[in-house]
Formats: sequence, C-alpha cells, structure tokens
Amino acid sequence: MLFIKSKFRGGVHPKDFKDISRDEKLLSIDPGDEVIIPLVQHIGAPAAPNVKKGDKIVRGDIIGTPSGFISSLIHSSVAGTVKDIDLRPHPLGKNMMSVIVSPDTQAEERSSYKPKPQQQVDALSSKDIVSLVQKAGIAGMGGASFPTHVKLSPPKGKIIETLIINSAECEPYLTADETLVRNHAGEIIKGAKAIQKAIGAKRLIIAIEDNKPEAISVLRKALFEEGAIELIVLPTRYPQGGEKQLIQAVLYKEVPSGGLPMDVQALVQNTATAFAVYEAVYYDKPLIERVVTVTGHNLKQPGNYRIKIGTKLRDVLSQAGYEENPSSLAVMGGPMMGLPVIDMDTPVIKSTSGILIIDKVRLKKEFPCIRCGRCIEHCPMGLSPTEIASSFNRKDMDGLNDLHVTDCIECGCCSYVCPAGIPLVQYLKLSKWELRKNAQKKS
Amino acid sequence: MPKKNHDNKIIQSAPFISASDSVTRIMWDVVISLIPAIALSIYFFGIASAFIIMVSVASCVAFDSFCISFRTNKNISFGSPFDGSAVITGILLAFNLPATVPWWLVVISSAVAIIVTKHFFGGIGKNIFNPALAGRIFAMHAWPDYMSASWIPPRSQWEDLQASFFSLDNSPVREAFQSYATPLAHLKDGALAKMPALSDMFLGNIGGCLGETSVLALLLGALFLLFKKRITLTIPLTYIGTVGLLTWIFGGQKLFTGPFLFHILGGGLVLGAFYMATDMVTSPYTAKGQFIFAALAGVLTTLIRLKGGFPEGVSYSIFFMNALVPIIDRYTRIRIYGTRKEKEKNG
Repeated sequence: MLFIKSKFRGGVHPKDFKDISRDEKLLSIDPGDEVIIPLVQHIGAPAAPNVKKGDKIVRGDIIGTPSGFISSLIHSSVAGTVKDIDLRPHPLGKNMMSVIVSPDTQAEERSSYKPKPQQQVDALSSKDIVSLVQKAGIAGMGGASFPTHVKLSPPKGKIIETLIINSAECEPYLTADETLVRNHAGEIIKGAKAIQKAIGAKRLIIAIEDNKPEAISVLRKALFEEGAIELIVLPTRYPQGGEKQLIQAVLYKEVPSGGLPMDVQALVQNTATAFAVYEAVYYDKPLIERVVTVTGHNLKQPGNYRIKIGTKLRDVLSQAGYEENPSSLAVMGGPMMGLPVIDMDTPVIKSTSGILIIDKVRLKKEFPCIRCGRCIEHCPMGLSPTEIASSFNRKDMDGLNDLHVTDCIECGCCSYVCPAGIPLVQYLKLSKWELRKNAQKKS
Repeated sequence: MPKKNHDNKIIQSAPFISASDSVTRIMWDVVISLIPAIALSIYFFGIASAFIIMVSVASCVAFDSFCISFRTNKNISFGSPFDGSAVITGILLAFNLPATVPWWLVVISSAVAIIVTKHFFGGIGKNIFNPALAGRIFAMHAWPDYMSASWIPPRSQWEDLQASFFSLDNSPVREAFQSYATPLAHLKDGALAKMPALSDMFLGNIGGCLGETSVLALLLGALFLLFKKRITLTIPLTYIGTVGLLTWIFGGQKLFTGPFLFHILGGGLVLGAFYMATDMVTSPYTAKGQFIFAALAGVLTTLIRLKGGFPEGVSYSIFFMNALVPIIDRYTRIRIYGTRKEKEKNG
C-alpha cells in the first residue's frame, strides 16, 4: 500500500483509534423514560409538528411534516404518549423545537415491519423508490443531513452516471459504517441498487478505506455474486469521506466551486443512508433508529449500538458504562468535525454517527502564526486558512471572497496541523458566516 | 475558539485532536541543528567565538523579553522570549559576524535584529525581514572595518581575538588582523591560485564569519532538520543550484568555466540557503513560491558576487527577497479545488 498515493490533495492522517470500538457485534440501547425527537434533523425547513400533547402514538407514526421542498418527515422512534412539544437541547448546541415522547414498552411489541417479496420491490419504478425514501424521512446520515429524496430527484436534464456509496468513514474513532457493513453488507448493496435505480446511474461504486480489512473482505464476499458493482479500496487519509474528496479520489474529477456532485455526473450516498433506503424500500420502515459508535478512552463498553432517534445522551452513556467526570468532554460525531455536547439531555438524531468521550484539553492561548504554511499544505480544498484568518481579523470582506472561503468544507485539517494552536477552522467558519450576513444585508 | 456553556465552563470545539507539534518545538529543533556548527566555530576560532555567540544569544533573548513585556494586549500572544526564536536569531547573528568583532557590536546588532526588525513589525511571525540578517547588514554598514576588512586564518591569533572582543575601540583590529582574506575575496580579485583546498573549505578550515565556514557542520544540522521535517529542500537546493549554475556559466574568463564549487563552499551560501532563506516567517508559503524566491535570491547573489562591489551577496539577496515574499505569495497561491475550468477559461 506504500506506493498508492491518495488522489485527493492535502488531508491528514491522525492515529485512528478505531480499535477501541471495533467489533462485529451490534449492541442495543433502551431509550430512557423519555425520548426527545427534534423537528430539525435535516438541512432545510424545520418540520411542523402534527401531534399534540397527550396523543397516543405508535412506533413509526409521523410526528412532524415537511414545511417546504427541502425538508423531511419526522417519525416517532417509540410507541407511547406525547409528553410535550417544546424547546429542548439539540446537537447543534442550542435548544430546538422537539417532540418529547414517553415510551410505553408494552405498546412497543405490537408494531413491527414485514419484508416485501423481491418481485414487489423489482416492480417499483424510480419515482416509487424516491417516494418511499421521502415517506421514510431519510436525510443524509453521514453528517450533512441533506434530505435524501431531494438528492435523488435531480433537476431535469441532469444525468447522474455514477453512484458512489461512501464507506470511507475517515473520521478517527468511528466504526459505525464499518460495523454496519460487517453485519449488513447484502442489505446495503440492495439499498444501493435501489438508489441506483432511482437516479438511473450506470456505475455503482462502493468506496472504502484500507484500514477496515474485515469490512473489505465481507464486502468482497457479498459482491462476488453481484456483477457490475465496483469496490474501490482507498489508502486511508482524512477527509477522504468528504463528498468532494471522495469524488476526486475515486473519479479523478473535481466538483466545480459552488457546484454539486451532479455537475460531474456523480452522486455520493453514505453507507448508513443506503441501509436506511434498504429498510424503507423493503420494509416501508421509516428512519427511526441508527447505528452509532459509542467510544472513547474511559468507557466500560465502547462499541456500536443500534439507538433509537431521540434517545438522550445520558441514557446512551450510562448503558455504555460511562462515569461522568469533569475532565472529559462528550462529542457528537468524530473528533475532527464533531460537535461538543453541552447538555447531557441532547438526543441522538439521524445524523449522529458517533458519540465520543474525549479528554478535555487545556486551552492554550494561541501563538502568533509563524507562516509555516502547513494549513495550506494540508487543506484538501487548496485554501489558505492562515491568510483567511488574517483577512477575517482585518474585516476584509473582499479579501475573504478572493480567498474562496465559501469553498471551505470545515474538515478541521488546518486546526489539526497548526503548530501555533490557532483555531483556524473556526476562523473560516466565522468568515463564511460574516460573508453570508454581509450578503443578506446587501440584498 | 472557546465557547462558554451553561455552567460557565469553557468547552472546546472541533477538531478535538491535534498533531502534537508546537512552534516552540520547531524553534528548538532549529537551535539543536545549529549545535555542530557552533562546536566547529569554537574549534576554529577559539573561545572568542563562544563569547560572541553567548553575548549575541543573551542580548537577543533580553531584548525579546524587554519588547514582549511592553505588549499590553492580553488576548493575543506575542510569543515568549524562551520560545527559541530569539535564541535562533542570536546564534544566526553571531554566525554572520567575523571572529574579530567586539562585544558592543554584537549587542547593538542584536538590538537592531530584535527590537527594530522583529518587534517594530509586530513580533514573532509578523516580521518581514529575517532579524539576524538585518542585524548583520546593519553592522556591515555601521562598522565596515570590523565586518569586512578584518579576517583571521582559522586556529590562530586566539589571544588577539579575545583582546579585540573586550576592547572598546578598533585599534586591535587594525593592528592585528589585516593580512588575511576569505576565499570569496580571492575570488573577487581573481586570485584563484590563493584559494584553499576544497576539503578545507568543506570542513571549515578557512577564513570567514563564525558559522559559515564549515559546510560539513551545517549539512549535519540540515540533515537533522530534514529528518524532523522542519525544512524542505526546495529553497536550499534551488538557491545553491542557481548560484552554482550561474557562477559556472558566468564566473570564469570564458563562459562555462566558472569556479562554481568555490562559490558554493567559500562564503555564506550554505548557511544562508539552509538556515536563513528557509526561515518560515520570511519565506513564501508554497513550494512554487519558495522556488521563485530561492531562484531569484540565487540570481541576486551571483550578480552581487560577480558584478557588485562586495565579495559576498548572500545576506543582501535574502534580505531583498524577504521584501518580495508577500507579492510572491499572492501570485503563487495553490489552485483551489473545483476552479480548474474557471482558470482554463480565463487563462
């Protein structure tokens, strides 16, 4: 593998710590005495609640309806009673409108999903598949949470030639996609084929990084009977699982600045999303639970858990054997792009791929930039983070535009490598925010 | 950037892991890499060399902490006098001085290097010019007697050197050290017959500034820096290569007969190329920019050495190119992902 150079530029290769949670077993976690299901779990307009306090609901019932084209349905992950509809902690770090449900464990038993025969699935048209995906409320499960049915309905005239299933899972510590592959490779492939059918792609590629040998061999076996699906094993490097980087690594193409993957006739879907599509198409099952890596250095039972959407972090962590301790920090997502958790009542949502317990690092005062250029060298987008940071400090909006800060994918490589400890990615995020604010003022 | 949570505890934001490296480590690695050259300079020029280096380092660190103590903005770090950067400036400044200089010349040059060149421009990371080079150039113009007219052969006159170091006027220098010339001075005069053996030039057994003579020691340190990934070869190879090529073509009586090895080994080129031009703060960000920076510095050095009034041109060339770094950076930015077509259309 030494001689294979990754095809995307920049990036970093941190120690991955995947062994902590790496295991074939998929464990499960019970929701606590209430689940908090936010009405915002996707990019776009928030869903509007269609239940009220005191309503009895069963698992899979719709509790939020889309309020725009780019929006998503929200389903209840448990059977029970609607306790309240109110502002509750959200992984994004602020309180958001959520439906709070008290689960009723006896009612749980009654609702289950039955598989459809293969012929029935084969008879589905591409429109049928998209509408099943929409009905299941699926939103990208890799992190960006773009409503999947929108992604599967490209505007007229756009042809999508290649579908890439993203199993790269380049974030250190996380093994959720890997474990999903090891347990459900066949189902993921079926889901991927359904997506392929929906968009009419000719090529179907599954891309995975070479630090997951078990998952690769499972995929090889599963793909042995299938023709026409390519498995591409990539040398491990972060952020290979970024949509733009993956397209560059797999297809040697660059998505134009400001454009979408479909501009290079490609579509990327996350592994977990493909699995959710499988469940939606074969079982009519909405997205109400997902596999989450629960990991970190001081957990008793790190591993991968099937967790119901809305389960509070507190309940997850207590079942994974975590003792709260002031020197640790809980993070939702991976260590490179995850969000710090402020409130332990924050729920698991559709895009939560991992819960990570990490040691708090003493915050150092940032040292002045010594122009070492590492942030530029490692930026996968070819940006110049240090120059962007200084333009930001000067409030030089034109400079920020010239430096293409809007192309930043916020992967955090710049902050990771900076020897001066400058939080560069935060400067870039703030710059993007300032630019957006400025543009709004003008219009 | 820290964000406060409900309990007023400071929490971090992503990324939560980082490559374990720091500016201080980078700087001290450079200091370590200079140790072989320090040892050999003491071997060739005696205890006076140790005095010069110590005074230079001590005054640089003192001026640095003096300037930092004046910074009042508590939210911004201005570095620390012990981050290693002032120590590097001190060593490199001493390396750029002849063994015959008195202590006060060293102190004043350090003040120019640290106070004027580093802190007037904003402190560590903000300086446009390499502080050690600015200190040397200042000394060359303020005290030409000491800086370019008084050389000694290696391993000789150590007592005279010490007397000169502690003296306040320049009479010891005038009396004791007037008879020796550096290889570059011979080259300037066209006296190729008087050139020392190449092996002596490689080991450092020649006249010159404290740290520049021993190519061997400098390369040892450079290997360490390369191994630790503190420098890349772009700047040193381009710089030395350009000077070598141009002096080979134009340095002799006829074209393509120039004594390029003498030019590479005889003066401050190796010191300048590996330790001064590679200074992160005062060199371009990208490999492309670094290539342009180093190639132009090589052209300038050759011009000064062959056509200019001074035998040596390394410090002026790097100093001049330092001023061009912002504009080089501006035009050598990396192509941003997804802008290929845009460029093809425009260009």
